[in-house]
Amino acid sequence: MISADISIVLPEIALAIFAFGALMFGVYTGKDRTAPLLIWLTAGFMVALAFWLGVGATGNREAFGGMFVNDAFARFAKVMILLSAAAVLVMGQDYMQRRDMLRFEFPVLVSLSVIGMMIMVSAGDLMALYMGLELQSLALYVLASIRRDHAKSTEAGLKYFMLGALSSGLLLYGASLTYGFAGTTVFSGIITTLQAGDMSLGLLFGLVFLLTGLAFKVSAVPFHMWTPDVYEGAPTPVTAVFATAPKIAAMALLARLAHDAFGPAVGDWTQILAVLAVLSMFLGSIAAIGQRDIKRLMAYSSIAHMGYALVGLAAGTAGGVQAMLVYMAIYVTMNVGAFAFILAMERDGRPVTDIRSLNMYSRHEPLKALALLVLMFSLAGVPPTVGFFGKLYVLRAAVEADMTWLAIAGVIASVIGAYYYLRIVYFMYFGEEGETLDRRMPPVQWGLLMASAAVMIVGVVNLFGIDPLAAVAAQTLVR
Amino acid sequence: METIILFAPLVGALICGFGWRVIGEKGGQATATALLFLAALLSWVVFLGYDGQPRQIPLFRWVESGSLATEWAIRLDRLTAIMLVVINSVSALVHLYSFGYMAHDENWKHGEHYKARFFAYLSFFTFAMLMLVTADNLLQMFFGWEGVGVASYLLIGFYWRKPSASAAAMKAFIVNRVGDFGFLLGIFGLFYLTDSIQFDTIFQAVPQIAETSITFLWTEWNAANLLAFLLFVGAMGKSAQLFLHTWLPDAMEGPTPVSALIHAATMVTAGVFLVCRMSPLIEYAPQAAQFIVFIGATTAFFAATVGLVQNDIKRVIAYSTCSQLGYMFVAAGVGVYSVAMFHLFTHAFFKAMLFLGAGSVIHAMHHEQDLRNYGGLRKKIPYTYWAMLLGTLAITGVGIPLTHFGFSGFLSKDAVIESAYAGGTAYAFWMLVIAAAMTSFYSWRLMFMTFFGKPRGDKHTHEHAHESPMVMLIPLGVLAIGAVFAGMIWYTPFFGDEHAVGDWFGTSILMHPENNVLHDAHYVPLWVRLSPFIAMLIGLALAWQFYIRRPDLPGKLAANQEILYKFLLNKWYFDEIYDFIFVRPARGLGRLLWRKGDGAVIDGSINGLAMGVVPFFTRLAVRAQTGYIYHYAFAMVIGIAILITWMTLSGGAE
Repeated sequence: MISADISIVLPEIALAIFAFGALMFGVYTGKDRTAPLLIWLTAGFMVALAFWLGVGATGNREAFGGMFVNDAFARFAKVMILLSAAAVLVMGQDYMQRRDMLRFEFPVLVSLSVIGMMIMVSAGDLMALYMGLELQSLALYVLASIRRDHAKSTEAGLKYFMLGALSSGLLLYGASLTYGFAGTTVFSGIITTLQAGDMSLGLLFGLVFLLTGLAFKVSAVPFHMWTPDVYEGAPTPVTAVFATAPKIAAMALLARLAHDAFGPAVGDWTQILAVLAVLSMFLGSIAAIGQRDIKRLMAYSSIAHMGYALVGLAAGTAGGVQAMLVYMAIYVTMNVGAFAFILAMERDGRPVTDIRSLNMYSRHEPLKALALLVLMFSLAGVPPTVGFFGKLYVLRAAVEADMTWLAIAGVIASVIGAYYYLRIVYFMYFGEEGETLDRRMPPVQWGLLMASAAVMIVGVVNLFGIDPLAAVAAQTLVR
Repeated sequence: METIILFAPLVGALICGFGWRVIGEKGGQATATALLFLAALLSWVVFLGYDGQPRQIPLFRWVESGSLATEWAIRLDRLTAIMLVVINSVSALVHLYSFGYMAHDENWKHGEHYKARFFAYLSFFTFAMLMLVTADNLLQMFFGWEGVGVASYLLIGFYWRKPSASAAAMKAFIVNRVGDFGFLLGIFGLFYLTDSIQFDTIFQAVPQIAETSITFLWTEWNAANLLAFLLFVGAMGKSAQLFLHTWLPDAMEGPTPVSALIHAATMVTAGVFLVCRMSPLIEYAPQAAQFIVFIGATTAFFAATVGLVQNDIKRVIAYSTCSQLGYMFVAAGVGVYSVAMFHLFTHAFFKAMLFLGAGSVIHAMHHEQDLRNYGGLRKKIPYTYWAMLLGTLAITGVGIPLTHFGFSGFLSKDAVIESAYAGGTAYAFWMLVIAAAMTSFYSWRLMFMTFFGKPRGDKHTHEHAHESPMVMLIPLGVLAIGAVFAGMIWYTPFFGDEHAVGDWFGTSILMHPENNVLHDAHYVPLWVRLSPFIAMLIGLALAWQFYIRRPDLPGKLAANQEILYKFLLNKWYFDEIYDFIFVRPARGLGRLLWRKGDGAVIDGSINGLAMGVVPFFTRLAVRAQTGYIYHYAFAMVIGIAILITWMTLSGGAE
């Protein structure tokens, strides 16, 4: 029995063993000198794991009495998490190394948080959910303040930790309410209770608190306030981590909790998610206009994008989940490219984050400017790019679920949001001549930037075939 | 063979239009012209060898949408065969002529390439026109109809540096839209009633249509009358009939070969062709037919009066075209479609020749177009003179009365006038006879002012007047043969007697068994048969008196009858009236929508939103981001409190 369970969680165990092995290796050999090696090893291991998950197991299997679920949905999310984590790991190495803040704990912490994320998306029980969530969060708190000697970094870490603790408290409160009224913490048990009787007020409270706890993780309004400060304060490679893999994990967990545990109460949670989605889309779009700092701008951008992903979830259908998964895949790809560029924004070797420093960038670096233009168009959702199709998918899901007002709100918000993306393009192509950025860009970042931009153009053909995969994943979740 | 005829001009247009950079401008022109001559040759083969059996040659499937299913097919019957000959012959000759006419054009700067484009447009026009006449269904016909509209637009505005040319092109296009709207409504109506756009299906259903009534614009109409009327509105636009005629004189801004091909011989006759093609419907629509007769007769008269006083050589011929088209519609309206086609056929030759002759004069006079600056050119450009003379003899209808010997216009125009009398409409008959007198007058006036008398205008220009090159004279000669003999050769099949006409046209046109106009037209009183000839003589005599014997008379008369003169010179003030009724209100409305609607309301609200409301919220959102942890925690707590309250109130009730 236990061996069968272990075989199901083997990928997580393998990554955990690898993380501890890496820690030991780092501690007992060259300490920080081993960091580059560890980064590449970790990234390679994650890609291998992703490959293993992607082509290996099939079917729908449960372990530990339903606490851990390995289905197509989990695998789809895990592959996205692992690949994006690997990408941001290798992307940040050069940046950290040159600023003397590359610690060998960096890859180890990322691995640990990835384990947390993998458990999150596979959670079939409130306890597994909480365990995964906390494992992920604790590693991220540390990552945010990895520059202990830097005031902003420590401030970011502390803020994230305090507010994260508050949200964990809310989540735990919701979990205990749910347990109290459902008599079980297993999702399948909660769903049975809901199907048997009507929705008690206690369960409703539990649902709301659980959702808010997760809304904090995806930084949906009004639980988003930490995001800009933490994105700005944390070192850029860490910001890149924040903006990608954890978002997928939290969004996937939200989908699983909503459908697997509270499926019969679909009318209740779709309302909440729809409101969160509208607020996020509008606040993300409106507040980003006031930003000069590209990292803060990306923070609001991610808030708005989470709003769109929530639109898909708020539809409450399999098509909605599919749209959300496709949207998240596109979002992560765009953000990897955007952060690859942001990491290389520096003048005289010092990082700059002011968007006005991009003035007339196209004249000096036409190719990179073009790539960033494609990414910005895609983030804004301008038609010939993949980002447009991502938005189209979620809005269509909302329309098909008779939530046309939500789709209209999304369209209006995207019009507002287009402004700040296009302003970056404006600075690059029509701005005033001024001091320019350094031309240097490490090959890894250059490659990821170009690849991501190319994907945004070439992907319109068939989205690289992720659409049917997402459909299968959504089918296993929504029954 | 028919397929080659149809697509040779298209191939020519594509090669010439897109390939001239590879094969050179000369190569492109030569290709287009050679292909057109091929098409013309094959057209004559088809025309002369046609056995009278209607055929359909399907090319490919086209539209399938619900019950609307249609193929792309060539419909070959007598009407098509006639039109093929007219279009391809004139087009081929105009292509050839354009080699000379367009060789040096002062509208273009040195080194600019325009010739290949011109030839490509010409060939494209020919293709579209062929699409129109070979159409097997209304949609295909509409495709050709719009295609020739586009080509006409492109060619009228060919000298795009001239604002007047661009304006004329737009005018032609827009005025035609009015007609096309009627045409479209007619197509919709036929599809609505018969569930088909195939000619054969529609024609079979006509007797039922004639007994159907249909509600349109809150009124009950007889379906056949209404649909025939709507289709005729389309024909009015394309054929420049009264009320929709204003574009044709302005279209003379285009190069002269264009005027000859499009605005004299082919495109403007598309309306006549449409009415003849739809003859099975018209036969069942007596009121619509009367309307056609009325409009045709009035146009013939109106255009002739305006033509009397115009001073631009091309405008005179343009009004003449307008007038002659009126003749054709009268014939079609009284029910002798063969005679309408007859006049169309002969008119194509002599009118194209007159235009090309005028082009030759203009070419000789360095693009001077004002008749008042011509005079005495007979010796300078003798070939052109002879060609124009033959054309004038043809259009004025010179021949031996009461016989079948005469220039082509003599036979066809007399046939029209006799049919009009036999059709029983005295109004149309007298209008046409008076118009015939005026036709004679303005045609001879043009001849006398151009070729006789003393040279007027710029002396230098007159000294350098020179005969046109051979490529321009050959087409004139060929067309002259048609202008002289076409009427005599094909008199019998077009107007001989019922049997000859019936055998020749077969099923391509339908004349109702009770329709005896064709028969009656041969037994009209003697004075009716002589009247056009006498009218012609009166016109000639007056012209001679005014412009040869007493050249001072026109000026005096104009001074005496100033109001009438101004009225005619300004084309009955149609342009001014339209400007007042349609153009200015439309412009005013446009300005209102632009300034107030677009500028104030839309731009205002968008700008207000983008520069006022959104920034306000942006400032608010940025201000909320204080950086204090307890503010952030407070926001979260407030958020959850609101959510809980809301869910308790709404969700708990479920």
